[in-house]
Amino acid sequence: MTISPQDRMKISRHPMPARDPEVRIRCFEEVALGYDEHTAREEAMRCLQCKRPYCVEGCPVSIDIPAFLREVVAGNIDKAAAIIKKTNSLPSICGRVCPQETQCEERCVLAKKGKPVAIGALERFVADYDRQFGLTKQQVNVRPSGKKVAVVGSGPAGLTAAGTLAQMGHSVTVFEALHEPGGVLVYGIPEFRLPKEIVREEVSSLLDLGVEFNLNVLIGRTLTIDELLGDGYSAVFLAPGAGVPQFMGIPGENLNGVSSANEFLTRVNLMKAFLFPEYDTPVYCGKRVAVIGGGNTAMDAARTALRLGPEKVYIVYRRSEKEMPARREEIEHAKEEGIEFLCLTAPVAYLSDSRGWVTEMECIRMELSEPDESGRRRPVPVEGSNFRIPVDTVIVAIGAKTNDLIVKATGGLSVAKKGYLLVDPQTQMTSRPGIFAGGDIAGGEATVIAAMGQGRVAAQSIDRYVRER
Amino acid sequence: MPQILEKRELAPRTHYFRVKVPLIARHAQPGQFIILRVHERGERIPLTIADSDRQSGTITLIVQEIGATTRQLAMLRTGDEIRDILGPLGTPSEIEKFGTVVLLGGGFGIAAIHPIAKALRNADNTIVSIIGARTRDLIIMEDEMRAASHDLVIMTDDGSYGRKGLVIEPLKEMIESGRRVDRVVAIGPLPMMRAVAELTRPYGIKTVASLNPVMVDGTGMCGGCRVAVGDSTKFACVDGPEFDAHLVDFNELSARTQMYRDFEKTHMCRIEERLQQLESAQGVAGQ
Ligand SMILES: Cc1cc2nc3c(=O)[nH]c(=O)nc-3n(C[C@H](O)[C@H](O)[C@H](O)COP(=O)(O)OP(=O)(O)OC[C@H]3O[C@@H](n4cnc5c(N)ncnc54)[C@H](O)[C@@H]3O)c2cc1C
Ligand SMILES: Cc1cc2nc3c(=O)[nH]c(=O)nc-3n(C[C@H](O)[C@H](O)[C@H](O)COP(=O)(O)OP(=O)(O)OC[C@H]3O[C@@H](n4cnc5c(N)ncnc54)[C@H](O)[C@@H]3O)c2cc1C
Ligand code: SF4
Ligand code: SF4
Ligand code: FES
Repeated sequence: MTISPQDRMKISRHPMPARDPEVRIRCFEEVALGYDEHTAREEAMRCLQCKRPYCVEGCPVSIDIPAFLREVVAGNIDKAAAIIKKTNSLPSICGRVCPQETQCEERCVLAKKGKPVAIGALERFVADYDRQFGLTKQQVNVRPSGKKVAVVGSGPAGLTAAGTLAQMGHSVTVFEALHEPGGVLVYGIPEFRLPKEIVREEVSSLLDLGVEFNLNVLIGRTLTIDELLGDGYSAVFLAPGAGVPQFMGIPGENLNGVSSANEFLTRVNLMKAFLFPEYDTPVYCGKRVAVIGGGNTAMDAARTALRLGPEKVYIVYRRSEKEMPARREEIEHAKEEGIEFLCLTAPVAYLSDSRGWVTEMECIRMELSEPDESGRRRPVPVEGSNFRIPVDTVIVAIGAKTNDLIVKATGGLSVAKKGYLLVDPQTQMTSRPGIFAGGDIAGGEATVIAAMGQGRVAAQSIDRYVRER
Repeated sequence: MPQILEKRELAPRTHYFRVKVPLIARHAQPGQFIILRVHERGERIPLTIADSDRQSGTITLIVQEIGATTRQLAMLRTGDEIRDILGPLGTPSEIEKFGTVVLLGGGFGIAAIHPIAKALRNADNTIVSIIGARTRDLIIMEDEMRAASHDLVIMTDDGSYGRKGLVIEPLKEMIESGRRVDRVVAIGPLPMMRAVAELTRPYGIKTVASLNPVMVDGTGMCGGCRVAVGDSTKFACVDGPEFDAHLVDFNELSARTQMYRDFEKTHMCRIEERLQQLESAQGVAGQ
C-alpha cells in the first residue's frame, strides 16, 4: 500500500488510551492501556520514512525506527519486533518508561510542525504483541565460550549486559542484593506504570538463555569482587545503580512521617505494602502528603501515595513546571489524578507534635535567575515569603547519590565527581582491567535506556576482553 | 533457601537458631547483622549475627519474639527453611587493644555482645561483661559470656538471679571506685543505652552503642534507618549499627522506632490468629 506524504501528515497523532482517573486512583492497575492493532497501524502510517531519520539519532540505542514502523504498517509485527530487539532487549519496558519527548520523539521531523510519531507507544505495542504471542525468541546461537562473567546488580544495565553476554556464549551469573531481580524496575517504578509481570518475564527469558541469578548477595559484603575474580570469573560488570537517597539537611527531616521516596516506594512496590496485611510490610501514608521534587521519582511517589487514600497530595518543586525533569506523560497523569503542584516552592523546615510526628511544613517561595551548570535556571528564595502548610506525610524525592560500598571493598577503582565510577566511555572499563561498570553508577543520564545502552556496550567489550585472555 | 540446622528455645519467647548460610558465615565479623524474610509475603527484619562458624558454614541468631515477624520466625523448626537471608551487613565492630573494656548486654543484646566480647578478648583486652534481664529465665548465654569475659556480672530487675538492679549499676560503681575503664560497649533496649551514654559522658569514656532503627533493605538504598549522630545523619545499616553513644540523638531514635507501632498492633492480632491455627495444626500432626 502506498500513501502520499501529504496524506500521512493529515493523520493526527493517536493519543495513548488511559484508564479513567476516577477509577485508577483507587487501584494499582496500569494507567496507560496501549494501542490496539488498528490504532498502531494508523499511527505508524504517520511516519514519513525520512531518508535521514533524526528520530534514530535521538534514541540512545539507535533503534532503526522507520524500519520497524514500516513493518507495523505492513502488519509484520514479528519483523518489527526483531528490528527493535537488535539493539534494545527490553522494549516492553522502554516503550513505557523512556522519556520519549526528549529523545526519539523530540527529534522526529513531525515534531517541528505538529506532533511527532508516537514512537514509544508503538514500540510498546510491538513488544507487548511479541511477548503475548511469543514471536521472537532470544537464543544462544554460538558455541559456549567457556568463560564465566559476573554481573553485579540486576537493574536495566545488569539485565541487558547479562542477556547480551549470554547470547555471546558466556556463562553469566548475576549477583543481586535484594530478594527480587529488576533494580529500580521492581523497587522504584510502580506497578501502575510498569507491571512487574513484564519485568519477571524479561528475567525468565534470561533464565532461558542460561543466565544464573544469585539473589540476596551484597557484593562488597557477602562476596568481594576480588573473590569473584579469584573464583574463575574472567570479568565483572558493575551495575549497582546509584541508590542512596538524598536529603536536604533541613530541620525536621528525621521526624516520623518523613521518608525518602526510595523507602516509600520500596515498601509499596517491592514489599507490596499496598496489600498489607496480606503482606507483612506496612507503609505509612497520612491524610495530607507533600512530595518534594519534580522528577520521575517524585511523580511516582505522589501517584503511589494518592492510591493509598489521602485527602490531599502536593508536589513541591523549587523550579517551575517547565523545568521538571519528569516524563511529560507522568506530569499530565499526575495532574489528571488531582495532585496539586506547588511550583517555585521549597521546604525550609518540618514542624512536629510532641510525639515527634510531622504536622506542618514551612516553605519559601522561589524565583528563577540565570541558568546554572545544568542549563536550567537557578531557583533563588524570595526573602520573607515563608508560609506554612499542614501535612502529616512528607516524601523526599530530590535525587540519589552513589553508594561507596563496592569501592571501599575493592581496591583500585577510581571514582570521579560525586562517587561515580570512572569508566572509559568507549569500553565501559573501570580503572581496573577486567572490571567494567555501567548504568547510574557510571554517572549516566539516569534513564533506563541509557543504563541499557551502557550495559550493551560493556557486554561487547567484556566479550572482547575475555576472548583475548 | 537457607536451612535451619538447629532451633531451640533459650528462654521464654527467646529462640536460638543455627542456620546454614556458608557465604555469610565465611565473611561475618563481630557487630554485623543479617536481614531476613521468613516467607514470600514476609517483612524484611534485621537480626544480629550472634556467632558464626566457617567450617560448618553456619551462623547463629538469637531471636526475641516481639511482633509479627519474630513470632512467625519462632514457629519454624529444625529442618525448615527461611525464605531469604542477606548479609553480613553493617560495619564490623572496632576490634583493637583498648585495655579494659566493659560490655553491657540487655535482653537479646546479650547475644549481640557475645561475638564482640570474644573478639576483644582475643585482642588482649580485659573484658568485664555485665548482662541483665527482667528475670532469671531471660538471662541467656551465661556460659558463653563467662567464657568470653574475665569478669561477668549478672543483673536481674527482680533479683531472681545474680544481683538485683540495672546493668548500669555495676558500671557506675566501677567508674566511681576509680577502676580503669577504657571503653564501654552497650547493646540492648534504647533506655539502657541512653543511660549508659549519660553515665560515661562526664568521664569522657568512649562509649559505643549498637542502634536498632527500623530497616528495610539494609544496603543504604532506602534511608529508613537514618539516625542523627552528632551534626550529621547516618544510615545505620551501612555506617553502623555501632555509633559513638555520646553523639547519638536517642530521643529522635526512640520516636522513630515507634513509627510503625499502630500498624504492628493491628497486624499482630491477625498474625496471632494465623499462628494459632498453624500451632493447633502442628500440634495435631505432632501427636
Ligand atoms: C522511582 C523512579 C522512577 C524512575 N522512572 C524512570 C522513567 O520513567 N524512565 C527512565 O528512563 N528512568 C527512570 N528512572 C531512572 C532509572 O530507573 C535508572 O536510571 C535505572 O534503573 C538505572 O539502572 P541501573 O541498572 O544502573 O541500576 P538500578 O536500576 O538502580 O539497579 C541496581 C541494582 O543493583 C543492586 N545492587 C546495588 N548494590 C549492589 C551490590 N553491592 N551487590 C549486589 N547488588 C547490588 C540493587 O539492589 C539494584 O537491584 C526512575 C528511577 C526511580 C528511582
Ligand atoms: C541491627 C539490628 C540488629 C538486631 N538484632 C536483633 C537480634 O539479634 N535479636 C532480636 O531478637 N532482635 C534484633 N533486632 C530487633 C529486631 O529486628 C526486631 O525485633 C524485629 O524487627 C521486630 O519485628 P516484628 O515484626 O517481630 O515486630 P513488630 O511488631 O513489627 O515490631 C516491633 C518493634 O520492632 C522494631 N522493628 C519492626 N520492624 C523492623 C524492621 N524492619 N527493622 C528494624 N526494626 C524493626 C520497631 O521498633 C518496632 O516498633 C535487631 C535490630 C537491628 C536494627
Ligand atoms: S528505546 Fe526509548 S528512545 Fe529509543 S526509540 Fe524506544 S522509546 Fe525512543
Ligand atoms: S523522524 Fe519521524 S517521520 Fe522521520 S522517520 Fe523518524 S519517526 Fe518517521
Ligand atoms: S535500611 Fe535502607 S538504607 Fe538502611
